[in-house]
Amino acid sequence: MPTPHSLNQYPWWKYLLIGLIMLWGLIFALPNLFGEDPAVQISGARVNITIDAAFQNRVAALLDADKLPHRRLELEADRLLIRFADPEEQLKAADILKDRLGRDYIVALNLASAAPGFLRAMGLNPMYLGLDLRGGVHFMMQVDMDATIKQVEDSYVDEIRVQLRTDKIQYSSVGRAGSGGIQVEFKDAAERDKAAQLLRKNLSNLQSTAAGPLTLKFTLSEREIKEKRDFALQQNITTLRNRVNELGVAEPIIQQQGVDRIVVQLPGVQDTARAKEILGATATLEFRLADEENDWNQAAATGRAPLESRLYKDRNGRPVLLKKRVMLTGDSIVDASSGIDQQNGGPTVFVSLDGKGAKRFEDATKDNIGKRMGVVFIENKTETKRVGDEMKKTTYTVEEVINVATIRDRLGRRFQITGLDSTREARDLALLLRAGALVSPIEIIEERTVGPSAGKENIAQGFRAAAIALLVIAGFMTWRYKNFGMIATAALAANVVLLIAALSMLQATLTLPGIAGIVLTMGMAVDANVLIYERIREELRNGNSPQAAIHAGFDRAFDTILDSNLTTLIAAIMLFGFGTGPIKGFAVTLSIGIVTSMFTAVTGSRALVNLIYGGRKLQTLSV
Amino acid sequence: MKRALWQFDFYNTKIDFLRWRKLAMGWSVAVLLIAVGSLLIRGMNLGLDFTGGTVIEVQYPHPVAIPEVRETLVKAGYGDAQTQHFGTSRDVLIRIPPREQMNAATLNNQVLTALQGAEGGAGVTLARAEFVGPQVGKELVEQGGLAALGALLGILVYVMFRFEWRLAVGTIAATVHDVLFTVGWFSLFQLEFDLTVLAAVLAVIGYSVNDTVVVLDRIRENFRKRRKGSVLDIMNLSINETLSRTTMTSFVTLLSVIVMYFFGGTVMHGFSVAMIVGIVVGTYSSIYIASASALYLGISREDLLPRAKEMADDQP
Repeated sequence: MPTPHSLNQYPWWKYLLIGLIMLWGLIFALPNLFGEDPAVQISGARVNITIDAAFQNRVAALLDADKLPHRRLELEADRLLIRFADPEEQLKAADILKDRLGRDYIVALNLASAAPGFLRAMGLNPMYLGLDLRGGVHFMMQVDMDATIKQVEDSYVDEIRVQLRTDKIQYSSVGRAGSGGIQVEFKDAAERDKAAQLLRKNLSNLQSTAAGPLTLKFTLSEREIKEKRDFALQQNITTLRNRVNELGVAEPIIQQQGVDRIVVQLPGVQDTARAKEILGATATLEFRLADEENDWNQAAATGRAPLESRLYKDRNGRPVLLKKRVMLTGDSIVDASSGIDQQNGGPTVFVSLDGKGAKRFEDATKDNIGKRMGVVFIENKTETKRVGDEMKKTTYTVEEVINVATIRDRLGRRFQITGLDSTREARDLALLLRAGALVSPIEIIEERTVGPSAGKENIAQGFRAAAIALLVIAGFMTWRYKNFGMIATAALAANVVLLIAALSMLQATLTLPGIAGIVLTMGMAVDANVLIYERIREELRNGNSPQAAIHAGFDRAFDTILDSNLTTLIAAIMLFGFGTGPIKGFAVTLSIGIVTSMFTAVTGSRALVNLIYGGRKLQTLSV
Repeated sequence: MKRALWQFDFYNTKIDFLRWRKLAMGWSVAVLLIAVGSLLIRGMNLGLDFTGGTVIEVQYPHPVAIPEVRETLVKAGYGDAQTQHFGTSRDVLIRIPPREQMNAATLNNQVLTALQGAEGGAGVTLARAEFVGPQVGKELVEQGGLAALGALLGILVYVMFRFEWRLAVGTIAATVHDVLFTVGWFSLFQLEFDLTVLAAVLAVIGYSVNDTVVVLDRIRENFRKRRKGSVLDIMNLSINETLSRTTMTSFVTLLSVIVMYFFGGTVMHGFSVAMIVGIVVGTYSSIYIASASALYLGISREDLLPRAKEMADDQP
């Protein structure tokens, strides 16, 4: 049995450890004190546009010319950040800059940490605010996978037809079966057997079964269906990423959710109608022969193209003359990926076509070997504009040449585009080719929009509730448990600091329900102190000495505290697994809060009690 | 005694709680029957998250009368919209039931345009808009139910490990009681049950066990410490000994939730109400339901005595 004097004393390293943890918490929580400045972020719309000191001067001059008040300009890796004192100045400046800088630059609204430079240099950031607190729009989109698989089956129908014709096998019909799969009917058994042999060899990834005396049925393998679904999803994500860039959003989130869904979060976006229009745009591709007979620059200068040609611009704005006849359209492209050329090691893009497209392309390219060919990217966009009292919907197309290359060979089912400058260019080209290829339809199945002022109000209310809860609890604890109540209050404050530090470090999203989680954890963190103090009181009533009572109180209450926190943690984890958006935020703050409260309410307050009361002769205890 | 109550001093109480266990059980059964009956007959007033549909919250630059807004909406072809003030007379909340239309996702933009185009509608701003497709709502109902069941199951397994099975069953009985009561409350008063309320119900599941664990821990401790007295006596003693603890912890948490109700904004109202109801009824159920259930299941002193090995460990 330890003597009363050795009771309630921690070894020095324990105090040090607790001190270090609190120091860590204070440092990580610190950036939150400074808040965030409304800012405008400018980045290049394309790879070859550099953001440098010269550009900074240009923007500074623009701002000065329009007498737009701003705090300061900051040049970062590949973007320029302009800070403002209030959101109104920010909005005004963003509108004007968008107008002046044109389509070469992406001008986006952002919130920039107002913490001093050295904190930001250390990688310390304030908590990441969710859309319900900063304003913005959240979309959940679903990819129509049935349509995707239908498209794949349709391309196999073409493929089978081509194969059978090439081998002169007689069939009466080829088509998609109502229940899924592809059905081929024959006139006699001999032809059927020939076809079965041929198709099993050439289309070995399909599974074939006999669906009747003269009918063969082909179905996609599970693996292929999964691949196609994944591809459709990735393709849509890629396309959405491109579109979002156009919207000018500083920190967009575009990510997969489940097997067929995509979540798009656009902080700061207010005009959701426009966002939907841009996200919903469709794109196609056209392969056309280059017009080699006429001078491109001259055509550009006069603005007139020769009769059989059309004048385009490439991504850098240079003129390109292409023939009017279309060799191939994007819906024939099955896949496009970037890689390294086996022969010369340069960056390249591999393109795969479906059966029908391959046939057309072979015919179109075999007579044009050595000539150049351009790829045009066409986007169909709709825009709703207010005309008088009415809202008018207009549709327009944007056309751009994304690549011009020489045809080296007769191009069929699989071909490569080489001669690209960098792997980045190859990646971009593959991306655009995919974006303009067969696109699986997507549908918005959930939308949550919070206006910026509503977001601000939510933050204000949330923090006010948290501050008042802290005061009320502190007041009550001090009234009821005197000195020990103050210790509990200190522990509670430490808990809030650690919780904020953890949220800042993890950059977990703070939502309004998340703030509710913080408030709830405050109440529950103090529960642990209540359990300990009530136990101390009980031990004192049972005639124990103050030191022994303190020791027993902390010791015996611990199991109960652990039990009750673990059960709440179980519920919080379940909630996290289930959670969507804001609710996840609640689960996160509740879980972290429970863990940090175990530390502060038990270890932290014990350390304070030990420091104050440990090793002293006590007659009474103010608890 | 009067001073003791004011001071929350429930220390030397010798209340024979379990004497009224039949009454308490009867009351609980009756209340739960009402809750289940209400759930079956009236059902839940499910929020947008679960039913699907569109909710639009707009702010007028000046106070506006609801009939005016409604008229505009009817004219624009949204006769099925429900309209109400939200917070102040400048804020209007519009609900539109789910539609089987292609353009459901752009509905909120159309409604906003219609309101802005109407007389006196200049300067109307969008505070919040939510659209949930019917398929999403259906899934959330399923997943929410699963999460609640998962939480209950996880806690059951945990309590089974920590306590004897009769006490574990008692704990779960108390928790289910609290959940049914809270959900029943929302059904009876037709309060809107949305995602944040569901989150609160799950938090209630976790929290309700806290108080129960405090009581059960003491029951176990007392069974081991005191060789005299009937099961009933020891349970009563334990409840009395922990009374200040159970009420005090609940009270402190209640304080924070009440603050949230009054200062957290309208969005958090449902959440706060569910927590308040859950915490209050959770305190009652920790005292009565958990221990009384274990009693009915025939718990005895032997069930809680540590086995030989554990006993050796307990010696200093």
